[in-house]
Amino acid sequence: MKKCLVVDDSSVIRKVARRILEDIGFEITEAEDGQKALDACKASMPDAVLLDWNMPVMDGLEFLAKLREEDGGEEPVVVFCTTENDVAHITKAIRAGANEYIMKPFDREILSAKFQEVGLV
Amino acid sequence: MTSEYDFLKKFLKSRSGLVLSDEKQYLVESRLMPVARRHNLNGLSELILAISKPGSMSLQNDVVEAMTTNESFFFRDKSPFENFRNVMLPHLLEARKSRRSARIWCAAASTGQEPYSLSMYLKEDKAKVGSFRFEILGTDISTEVLEKARTGIYSQFEVQRGLPIQMLLKYFSQQGELWQMAPEIRAMVQWRKLNLLENFSHLGEFDIIFCRNVLIYFDQQTKIDVLNRIYRQLPDDGFLVLGAAETVVGLTDGFEPYPNLRGVYRKKQAASRPAGSTSFTRSTATSPSTPGTTRPTIQALAGGSRFSA
Repeated sequence: MKKCLVVDDSSVIRKVARRILEDIGFEITEAEDGQKALDACKASMPDAVLLDWNMPVMDGLEFLAKLREEDGGEEPVVVFCTTENDVAHITKAIRAGANEYIMKPFDREILSAKFQEVGLV
Repeated sequence: MTSEYDFLKKFLKSRSGLVLSDEKQYLVESRLMPVARRHNLNGLSELILAISKPGSMSLQNDVVEAMTTNESFFFRDKSPFENFRNVMLPHLLEARKSRRSARIWCAAASTGQEPYSLSMYLKEDKAKVGSFRFEILGTDISTEVLEKARTGIYSQFEVQRGLPIQMLLKYFSQQGELWQMAPEIRAMVQWRKLNLLENFSHLGEFDIIFCRNVLIYFDQQTKIDVLNRIYRQLPDDGFLVLGAAETVVGLTDGFEPYPNLRGVYRKKQAASRPAGSTSFTRSTATSPSTPGTTRPTIQALAGGSRFSA
């Protein structure tokens, strides 16, 4: 079963994303900020990361940059999932190594479609 | 409600081919109440009474538009577009290399995502396509969805269903919460209102016809009729693309599944035709350039009413 790390400071968002991603066949772990997510990745690289942008301690973009520097950190497929919905933010995320980008609010269809897009479903 | 529902069923069948099954009754209220309100009619009974009167053309159109399903998204089902890019496009670039042009028809194009998806792939492959010219025609029964298709403006939800983020960045510009298709992509598609129940021979010949997720709403006889008329718009090596849940099996002997391409059909090839069949005499290689084949350009169609049925 493919592993997906859901990173968001909102427990509601984590719960919603978990439910949808479990339904399409992922095993889910959660983290509430970038630092905790990075620690989790160092312990065990997931196949995918669903990543919020604005979070306390370490934001999503910083996490992504650090992840890509890690050994094996280029492997996980990273899907941003954020309220930041302008071209400048999206471009920045893609340049930093994100594979896909979801603009909140999202629903089951968007999340499934995006994970299909990156070839994980 | 029963006799009113029956009237509505007959009305929709004759006007759009839509077969409203009894389990779809729930749709009637949610789709038609807004129409009734817009026309200041008090409920469905008044609405149905009103469309039965002569001179209610605009109301009738609104009812047909509201009841026909317009759900669509970019690169819907993926494989038809992969097949287009990997098989149909290379075939046409080779088979039409002296003419350097081909025509594609998206029948029931709805809000435009299907023809625009094809256009984006043509842009992605511009090194291969070069100066080869593709004419893409999108038609739909609904004026409202065609208007939206023409503007190419989509909501944040719509651009996230099926469209890779890289393509969003590349081919759209942001306007607040909305996203608009780039002018060069919009310029690749022509739009035209068309009811598939009516004659469409004036559109001329197409090398590829996408007719996805519309036949499922028709009854058997209508499906057969539409498929037979589509057959006449295709050259011998043309492609017909149907929806994932659709098939020609049991409807027509003219088409056969294209080998290894799910949802793609071609005219029955010589070897598999019954002996003595005389209706398929042109060879695949020469048919597109057969003298006398009418191929009006989309520009010509869009320009005047002389081609109107």
